[in-house]
Formats: sequence, structure tokens, C-alpha cells
Amino acid sequence: MTGQLPVLQVAAPLLCAPLCVLLRSRTVAWLLFLVASLASLTCAALLAVRVDRSGTLRYAMGDWQAPYGIEFVVNGFNTPVLLLVSLSAVVVAVYSRRSVAGELAPRRVPLLYACLCLTLAGLLGLAITGDVFNAFVFLEISSLSTYTLIAMGRRRQALLAAFRYLVIGSVGAVFVLIGIGLAYAVTGTLNMGDLAQRVTGGHDNRSLQAAVVLVFVGLAVKMAVFPLHAWLPAAYAEAPSAVSTFIAATGTKVAIYVFCRFAFTVFGATLVFGAMPVGRIGLLLAALGILLGSAAACFQDDLRYLLAWSSVAQVGYIVAGVSLATTAGVSAAYLHMIMHSVTKAALFATAGLLLLRLGTVRLAALAGVGRRMPWTFAAFVVAGLGLVGVPPTAGFVSKWALVTALVEQGQWLVLAAMLSGSLLAVFYVGRVVEVAWFREPTADAEPAAAPASMVTAIWFLVLLSVSFGFDASLPAHLADAAASALLGNGGG
Amino acid sequence: MTAFSLINIVLLAILVATAVTITRLRALYEAAMLAALFSLVTACLFVLLDALDVAFTEAAVGVGISTVLILGVLALTRSREAVTQRRRRLPGVAAVLLVGGTLGYASLDLPAFGAADSPVHSHPLTEVYLHQSQEAVGIPNTVTSVLASYRGLDTLGELVVVFTAGLAVVSLLGPLRRRRPTRPERPRPIADFDLADYRVIRVVSGGLLPFVLLFALYVLFHGEYGPGGGFQAGVIFASGFVLYGLVFGLDRAQRVVPHAALWSLVTLGLLVYIGLGMATMLLGGSFLDYDVLAPGNPATGQHLGILVVETAIGITVASVMTTIFFSFAGRGVSR
Repeated sequence: MTGQLPVLQVAAPLLCAPLCVLLRSRTVAWLLFLVASLASLTCAALLAVRVDRSGTLRYAMGDWQAPYGIEFVVNGFNTPVLLLVSLSAVVVAVYSRRSVAGELAPRRVPLLYACLCLTLAGLLGLAITGDVFNAFVFLEISSLSTYTLIAMGRRRQALLAAFRYLVIGSVGAVFVLIGIGLAYAVTGTLNMGDLAQRVTGGHDNRSLQAAVVLVFVGLAVKMAVFPLHAWLPAAYAEAPSAVSTFIAATGTKVAIYVFCRFAFTVFGATLVFGAMPVGRIGLLLAALGILLGSAAACFQDDLRYLLAWSSVAQVGYIVAGVSLATTAGVSAAYLHMIMHSVTKAALFATAGLLLLRLGTVRLAALAGVGRRMPWTFAAFVVAGLGLVGVPPTAGFVSKWALVTALVEQGQWLVLAAMLSGSLLAVFYVGRVVEVAWFREPTADAEPAAAPASMVTAIWFLVLLSVSFGFDASLPAHLADAAASALLGNGGG
Repeated sequence: MTAFSLINIVLLAILVATAVTITRLRALYEAAMLAALFSLVTACLFVLLDALDVAFTEAAVGVGISTVLILGVLALTRSREAVTQRRRRLPGVAAVLLVGGTLGYASLDLPAFGAADSPVHSHPLTEVYLHQSQEAVGIPNTVTSVLASYRGLDTLGELVVVFTAGLAVVSLLGPLRRRRPTRPERPRPIADFDLADYRVIRVVSGGLLPFVLLFALYVLFHGEYGPGGGFQAGVIFASGFVLYGLVFGLDRAQRVVPHAALWSLVTLGLLVYIGLGMATMLLGGSFLDYDVLAPGNPATGQHLGILVVETAIGITVASVMTTIFFSFAGRGVSR
């Protein structure tokens, strides 16, 4: 049965989604999501070990050999993503039980878990597939279920946020589809490895160049790269807490992985970064995104909007690393992807807990909460330090790797943007700490008790981020393996 | 050749004219009708390209069910577009021109229309799909064997997308709520007048219904030999119910298929599809490897697998489309 691991990775959450809907019980739906995410994590861990030991794994769907059928490819470049997504799902499953019960009408809870299963399956499928059209199908699954999840938010603004994301996201998805269609027209194949072989030498083919542009612009929407980030803040901030924790940890990261996969192992670095100026554009947009996202975060008066704007900036850091197209750069990007995912999940989870206990996360209402609920807020501070990049937190390790990679290539302007972004992060995290710890509490009402499951999930993430700060050998190993697999073009 | 080009040019001209007219319209009912026309012309173009399955889907989905759903939405909201200021339209115009420019640029190096030596035709994939599939899968309609077997996972994915769409509509418009206990008068259908009062409409739609459903079944089970398959059949089946609901009112339509049953059917199709994949794995093959269903006789196994898959698709698509329509229409009634 171990040969079936790649498909079980995706099929487990996919099977649980209709069951959640069919059985229509809140507890059963939650259990199903928990089981699905645990099963995915097990598969991801086993696959990571096997890939580390014996190299690329391929799985032919329906026993039709590629390129005639669809294949799943597991290699160094996607094991970190699979682990990240499924681990986030497990943590969110633990966190969500009480969080969701506090935010949603009971009738909608099974539907929320069904959508979470679908998002999980979509993201995992996107990460594992070795076929460009199949990637589009999984992109649709994850996107549609994410729109639905965002629309389930408590306030009416959630509907508008979901609708805006739906419109922008659908346009992006169509671009990806047209790009894939053009690539098919000039190569005759949809398999990633086969495509990579057939595009070599066709660098001045204008259809292929247009395909690259369309696929990347479409993916940039999903990655929330500046200036296509407009959907992100409201989407993250208005979604139910469990959902924003999950998509903040995984959504943009998987899109960035898909970008890397297309850039390095489908179209090829010589076309994308050599013949076309994707790298330079990427660095420029990354720098602008870092500055604008961080600056906007400073002006927010709602904690969740603040965190969401900070995510726009953090996507910039990762894109900067990828755009360097060097081993050091891509490795640093992967490292920052992992570190930021853990950190931002912890922050959004904490914001969700505060929301549950206080009923609002407007900064004005947070005055003095640090003194009234020291443990909850301590988690926020530790994770916030990780966001800034203070040693010895996870954020420091990955930002240091990024700085090294940027210096290596002499990208001083991007480096300057990155450092100013970190300074702005000191400001916006510091602002929250100042309000919460140094101002007099305003409300006298006792906050609701913190559910143990949510606290466990938050502290697990916080401690994980701290432990990565002290000993980053595991994520660094994964990131290096990913970068060498991508740039060595080993996956095919 | 010239007649062929002429037809293509005329259809393309109609397509462009329709698209331009749609953008200039402010009345959304008219825009919806023209969008249906757009789909119909597209379907004709697909027929000219010999892509009959695609044309069939475009006709069933684009002209049929999506028009009805858009009308259902318009019945709930305003049916006139709010006018955007001219100044605020500029970014949109720029984006459209940019995308159009990119597509025009892309077309410069595309293989010539109908070229026999294009990369798609010279790739070994074409040979495998068009010829070897006859022995490996043994089904005359290649499109069906590619969709249901070679690329079965994509089709499963598309079914999941349809399922997700249904889930989204239900979670937002919520027909899972309990029906109100008493309702003094018969609820009006979504249109302002009662269609069932018109004898012609009543008799014709009542008479057509059995044939629509029968045709759907024909499309479903004939998909292996001719154009058609689960998606088209599901949509046609749903159109039958939608027609019935439009004419005879939501209550009577829901008496035929209650929500609970419909909702179970939505999941049933998907579960059957994924379950089939799991079963082939338990039988020792890979996911969706239908060969193992009939040991020793791969073609029979493929045949069986494809039949099960198409039926599963038909069930889920039909029930999702009906659910979506009921959700919109039910919203109109309860207002």
C-alpha cells in the first residue's frame, strides 16, 4: 500500500468532504476533517522520508503512463509544501472545534468542514501534481472552496470580501487556463516533464512567451503579489478565525510553490529568467509589496487587517527570494515560506482567540488586554517578534538567509526595502504591544474563558516557531533540498 | 474550403457583435439573453471544429442552465446595471487592451489554423488517444475515453468543482433550513405572473418533461458511442426539473425531489466516483485504473469503469444544478 501514498495524500481529504455534507453532524464533520488532516500529515511525512532516501517518486493515475495519463510527482521541491499544508491543517483542526462553534450558526458548521476538506485536498493536489491542466483543476477546487469559506465570516463585509476575491481570483484562474492552453498548442502536451523538454529551444516563440506571461499573472493574483494583492486584506480579516489561520498559513504559499514549479521545471529558468525579465519584475514588485504592505499595516486599526497587510509584505520577501533564481535565493524563499507560515498562523490564531474572548479585535478595544490575559497575549508577542525577525526566532533565520542571498547578488535596493519593511514591522507589532500592555484596560467585563484546544494549538505554533529559531536544521534541510531539486531541474 | 471559411467568418462576426452589444447594454435581462446567444454561436463554432462533445456541453450549460440561473439571480436583485463613471472605467479599458494585446501577440506564433503538422498533431499523445485507445479502452468515442479514463482524475476534479459550487450556494442561500410550517396561499414562482395559468406553456412543458428526462438518460448511456456523457446528461436532466419548477411552482417541484434526497444525491455521485478509485486501489491497481475491475479482460473493465463514472457524474451534476436553482428560486419565494 505504500506505493499508493501520493494519491492517498489527496484522496483522503477529498473523500471526507462529501461525507461531512452527507452526515451533517457538527462533531462528525470535525472528526472527519481531523482524520483527513492527520492522514495527509502521515502521508506527507512518509513521502518526505522516502523522497529523502530514494529520490523522485512518480505515481501514474489509472496506470496510464505519463504523458498519456496524469501523474503525481513527489520530489524535494514539494515535500516541504505537503508537510506545511497538512501540518497547518492538523493544527487548524484542533483549533477550529471551539473557534467555529463560537462564530458560525450550527447549521453551517458541517459545510465549513466540508469546504476545509476541499481546500486541503485542492492545495495538496496543486502541490503534488505533475500535470499542468490537473494543476488548474486543483487550483479551481482550492479557490472555490476558499471563496466559500471566506463568505462564511461573521460580518456582512465577509460577503463583499469573498465576492471581490471571487472576481479577481476567477480572472486569475482564466489567465492560468489560457496560458496552459497556449503552452499546449505549441508543445502538444500537458505533462510538466514532457512540456519542459519540448519548450527548450523555443525561447523566441511568441506564443510561449505569452503563455509564460498569462500563467504568471494568473498565479500572481493567487500569490497576492503587489499590485494584485487587493483581495487579500479583507479576505483574511473577514473570514472565520479558523479559516483565516489556515489560508494565511497555506494559500499564498502553495501559489508561490506553483510559481516556482512552473518557472523552474516547466518553462525553464533560461526562458523565464534569462530570455524574459521575470526576475527583475519580480524583484521590483517584491520591493514595492514589502514597502506598501508594511506601511499599510501601520495604519490599520483592526488587528486582523493589520496582520493581513503584513502578509502582503511577507509575500514580497518570499517573491524576492524566488526572483533571484539562485540556489541561495530559492532556498531562502522556501525557508521564509515555512517560517512565515508558522508565525502568521500563530498570529491569526491568537487574533481569533482574542476575537472569541472579547468580541472584537479593534486596537482601541485591545487596551490593556495584555494584563488581563497575559498568556494569550504572550503568544502574540513571541510570534510578533518572529514576524519582525528578532533573533532567536524563526523569522530571524529566514530573513538572514534572504539577506545573504540578496547580498550575494548585489541587490541593494531590494535589501534596503527589506530592511525598511522590518523596521515598519517593529512599528506595527510594537503598536499592538503598546496598546495591549501599556494602556489602561477600558472594559471591566470579564473576558470569556479561553478554550484549552485553541490555546494548545496557538502555543504549539509559537513553540514550533521558537524551536525553529534555535535549531533550523530541519526546515533548512527541506529548503535546501527544494532549491536544489528545482534548480537542478531534477523533477521533470 | 471557401464556404467553410465564410461560415467561420460570419459566426465570428456575430460573436464579436454580440459581445460588444452585451458590454453596451444596461438592462441585464437582455444581456443574459445575449450571453445565451453568445454561447450558442460558440457552440456552433465548436461544431465546425468537429468538437461535438464540447459543443454539446457549451449548448447545454451556456445556453441552458446558466441562462436560467442568471435569470433566477436577476429575479432576486435589480435587473439594471449601475452606471460606472467614465473616468473609473479607464483602468478596466487599459486592462482589457493589455490582455487583448497579449493574446494577439500570442497568436502570431501559433500553428496555422487546421495545420496537420502542428505540435499537437505530431505528439505521440494523439496517436495513443485516437488509435491505441480503441484496443486499450475499446470505446468508439475517444473524447469519452480520454475524459473518463486517461484523464479520469481531471474529470473527478471537475466534478468536485461542481460539488463545491453547490456547497457554496447552499451555504450562502441556505435551503437546508426547515420549511415554514404553514403557508396560506400557493407560493408564486419567481416570475411575477403565474406561468401555470397559460395553458400552452402548461401542456407543452408537462408533455416535454418525460422526453427531456429520457433524452438525458440517452445522452448519459450513449456517451461511449456518440457525443455526450455525464456532464451533459446531468445538465439536461436538471433543465427538466427547472422547467417544471418554473412552470408549476417550486412547491410541486420540491414534492417530486425533496431537499434531503437531493442533497444525498449530490454527495452520492461524488462518493461513488472516489469510491471507485479506492476500490481499484484495493483490487491492486492504481487510483482509477479500471483494468482491474475485470481481471483478464481490460476492455470490459474500462467499459464498466467508464459507465460507473459517467453515471456518478450525471447524478451529482443533475442534483447540484437542481439544488442551485431551488436555492435561488426558494429565496425569491420566501422574500
